[in-house]
Amino acid sequence: MIRSQQPIAKGQQPTAKKMKGIIYDIKRFAIHDGPGIRTTVFLKGCCCDCWWCHNPESRSGDIMTYEKDVTLDGHAITREETIGEAISEEKLLKEILSDEVFYTQSGGGVTFSGGEPVQQKDFLIRTLKACKAKGIHTTLDTTACFSKSTLEELEGLVDLFMVDLKFIDRDLHKKYIGVDNEGILDNLSILLNHQARVWVRIPVIPDINTGDIDNILSFLSEHIAPEQVNLLPYHKIGKHKYQKFGIAYRMDGVEEPTDDEMLVLKQKFEKQGYKTIIGG
Amino acid sequence: MKSQRIQKLRAQSMDVQPTISEERAYLMTKFYQENEDKGYSVPVMRAKAFYYLMEHKALCFNDGELIVGEKGPKPKATPSYPEICIHSQQDLQILNDREKVNFKSEAETRKVYQEVIAPYWEGKSNREKIFEVVLPEWKEAYAAGVFTEFQEQRGPGHTVAGRQLFEYGMLDLQKRIAVSLEEHKADEAKCEELKAMHIAADAMMLYADRHAEALLELSQEENDVTRKAELEEMARVCGRVPRYAPSTFQEALQHYWFIHLGITNELNPWDSFNPGRMDQNLYPFYKKETEAGTLDKAWATELLHSFWIKFNNQPAPPKVGVTAKESNTYTDFCLINLGGVKDDGTDAVNELSYLLLDVIEEMRLLQPSSMVQLSEKNPDDFIDRAVKITKTGFGQPSIFNTETLVAQMVGQGKSLVDARGGGASGCVETGCFGKEAYILTGYFNLPKVLEITLHNGIDPRTGKPIGLETGELSAFKSINDLMDAFAKQVQYFAGIKIDGNNKIDTLFKENLPVPFLSLFIDDCIARGEDYLAGGARYNTTYIQGVGLGSITDSLAAINTLVFEEKSLTLEALNEVLAKDFEGEQELRLKMLYDLPKWGNDDDRADVFARQVFEIFHDAVTGRPTVRGGVHRINMLPTTCHVYFGSVIGALPYGRKAGVPLSEGISPVQGADTKGPTAVVKSAAKIDHLKTGGTLLNQKFTPAFFKTDQEIRKVSQLVRSYFTLKGHHIQFNVVDADTLRDAQKHPEQYRDLIVRVAGYSDYFNDLGEDLQNEIINRTAHGAF
Repeated sequence: MIRSQQPIAKGQQPTAKKMKGIIYDIKRFAIHDGPGIRTTVFLKGCCCDCWWCHNPESRSGDIMTYEKDVTLDGHAITREETIGEAISEEKLLKEILSDEVFYTQSGGGVTFSGGEPVQQKDFLIRTLKACKAKGIHTTLDTTACFSKSTLEELEGLVDLFMVDLKFIDRDLHKKYIGVDNEGILDNLSILLNHQARVWVRIPVIPDINTGDIDNILSFLSEHIAPEQVNLLPYHKIGKHKYQKFGIAYRMDGVEEPTDDEMLVLKQKFEKQGYKTIIGG
Repeated sequence: MKSQRIQKLRAQSMDVQPTISEERAYLMTKFYQENEDKGYSVPVMRAKAFYYLMEHKALCFNDGELIVGEKGPKPKATPSYPEICIHSQQDLQILNDREKVNFKSEAETRKVYQEVIAPYWEGKSNREKIFEVVLPEWKEAYAAGVFTEFQEQRGPGHTVAGRQLFEYGMLDLQKRIAVSLEEHKADEAKCEELKAMHIAADAMMLYADRHAEALLELSQEENDVTRKAELEEMARVCGRVPRYAPSTFQEALQHYWFIHLGITNELNPWDSFNPGRMDQNLYPFYKKETEAGTLDKAWATELLHSFWIKFNNQPAPPKVGVTAKESNTYTDFCLINLGGVKDDGTDAVNELSYLLLDVIEEMRLLQPSSMVQLSEKNPDDFIDRAVKITKTGFGQPSIFNTETLVAQMVGQGKSLVDARGGGASGCVETGCFGKEAYILTGYFNLPKVLEITLHNGIDPRTGKPIGLETGELSAFKSINDLMDAFAKQVQYFAGIKIDGNNKIDTLFKENLPVPFLSLFIDDCIARGEDYLAGGARYNTTYIQGVGLGSITDSLAAINTLVFEEKSLTLEALNEVLAKDFEGEQELRLKMLYDLPKWGNDDDRADVFARQVFEIFHDAVTGRPTVRGGVHRINMLPTTCHVYFGSVIGALPYGRKAGVPLSEGISPVQGADTKGPTAVVKSAAKIDHLKTGGTLLNQKFTPAFFKTDQEIRKVSQLVRSYFTLKGHHIQFNVVDADTLRDAQKHPEQYRDLIVRVAGYSDYFNDLGEDLQNEIINRTAHGAF
């Protein structure tokens, strides 16, 4: 249960010049978030409200405290835990650089994920610039839910875009994601056609977006092909988090796709010539 | 693919009940009784006893096998070594009855021990002599669990075959003995040693000849044409090797195996003698024969399968005084080395390296254990293949850093070429194969010494003053004051241990030379000196530090709570520890979850690992031994972290009294929350090049290794650790749920092999505390 919310309002972030970023996790040895061994930085705050989101705690840009069970001699004990940390760009860069030896060895780097990392645009851009200055490969795991001018600002700072593509159908997008997809698709079009390195990540949610997959294929066919397509099978593993954080869960009754269903889909994409991977 | 006969032999090897065999002890007793007054020199007496053993020990031939010879009269019939330690009736009973790692014995066997063996050796065994010569302070520290003593129950072996073992026959060695005898003819002691070596070589040829004759008879009785031909060939092979140097692949395997049996029968160098760099040592035979068309891959594989089973048939010698939890296992610590570099520093991986990896995966046996030496020169395919096998979850092969191994040895003064010919053996111990006596002497309980330091020299468990008076707690005004006191205590206890080592080594040198083993280690023949007397080209004696994670987290906790936050005095902390955190749950939670911990790439903790490491290193490294070498350290626990934990009270990182310590240089179980890159970054902060081996255990869930892409990333993790000069890393790929289920239903998991610490063992054979400890190590599955 969320017990308190600290007064760090979203609105303050973009204005303050050297505002700290709000992150909720740094995952080292991330091996499913782009090429090589990576460190993934999860920025807090999101513009979307996907029904199946695995990280519902990331939606709010605020730092939250909640109760967490830890075990002591086999017994569960409740402790307070904070989700979200205000971090300076210098400290974050130090964290990122601490795994440089692994990036070098594996062709990896840093991935910014969220939430939607671009929600904290100024902090993100400063950190991306700092990473580029150190020669670190950068990946942005994004919803592409931001303005065209923002996209221009990111130019040259991101080596690989991993862009979610959930629906082509406007109404479904609005219903399940909570925002319009027009700008998102425009951004993706620009990225694809400007030959930026792009991996398109398509969540596969039975009965929710599986009927829209043909539209997705036809959208992709109108553009320069992405470097890779990732088909991300829906998992129920996020459900316990909804209970933990007291957020309404809207996915009851939705089943995970079977391995066979995923394979059929994979073949469908491969038939169109896309390098396709199931999972991250 | 395993052939039908291999499947049968493998099943037989896995199912047969280990027993105690009285054969060796009885024959040795009989020989000593009849010859003790003949006035033979010690080495000649030992060699003649060995000859008598090889002349009379029963031969064993298992249906369908291609490599012959057993250590005892039948598979898993395990000899004992009364010259070293005597199995009492009570020991035999405990070994027979205990639930795990048991050795059954017949009433007849026990009777022989009671009436013949024990009465003769009582008062003569080396174990009894050890407890007579060591200092009273040694006995106090030993009883308190500050250190253990390997040689108390076994011979100091711990060495590995070099390439030359495959290049010479017994007759070649006897020629070299003759040359050396001529050179040293004025030195009586050396002449006696060389005579002993000559006799030992004769013993080995006799043993092989006995097999050749018996095989010929078996072939004459055999009706199956194919098997008849095999038996004839085996008879021919045993007639040739080890008298002459091997010339075929099969001869090379049989040659090695006879010598292995000789070495492990002569004394019990309980652990590790093995073919060493197997893909290198066997490759000339493999290449020659495959090119000539006399050997194909399938037959080579079947021969190797048969060879593998021979190792699994030989459990480690069972211990006496079975109260010690130190190391209960059937494993005899043979560690096959693959990969690495050649003498000239180039990539050594060859076709046979891959074939041997296939054999490891297919055989999936406890013994022999296996490792890959990974050099930056080796191809990615090689490491990927090895990681793929670890994914199947039995902890083999472990992975070692060739560049670090070589740098360690060169740093110790070995020649570059000798260093490149070496590797790691036992658990993780660096050695120069075929050229070094590198002997492990016992574990050293680092956190126990901290506990004693915090009690001004008194062991709080017993109240006995066993350490130095390094000051009351009030005298420690800073963490540095405490570290200085700790360093003095480490110096003190290391000094006691080393004094004991030198006395014990002297006992072995004077009473229990090993002329047979000495034949295979350069330069024993040339120098006319025994392996145990400094005959080897290089001599090193190791003390193994245990509990680095535990002591690091303890010091980090003390530093944070007492000296930085000042929320607690040292006295108050000691009181909390003395009552095992009773009534202090909040403080304990803070200690467990909120303080810096080793294994998270956090310098607030890691700085203490480095300091402790340097203190231990400085206390031990360079101190002379009686073999003309020096003492050095390595960091490995086998299973001793469980025993050492049991003698220590609560520790300041929230660990309750009696709980196992961390193992190797791994983080405290569950304390590494930032994933494997942070673990290896921490681990690389100690100077691996100053050790003779460190052990890092990483547990992954199987989900981690699903695709080739993921496997490659694990390989890259290893390569990264190695660019940071890490020594060794091993993976336990099994999920905690499986292990918990195995605890509940052991009968369903009879073949579940897990990585313990530098070796693998059957999960069912581990004590419950060790099982729990393995479950508690973090499984990096959530990443």
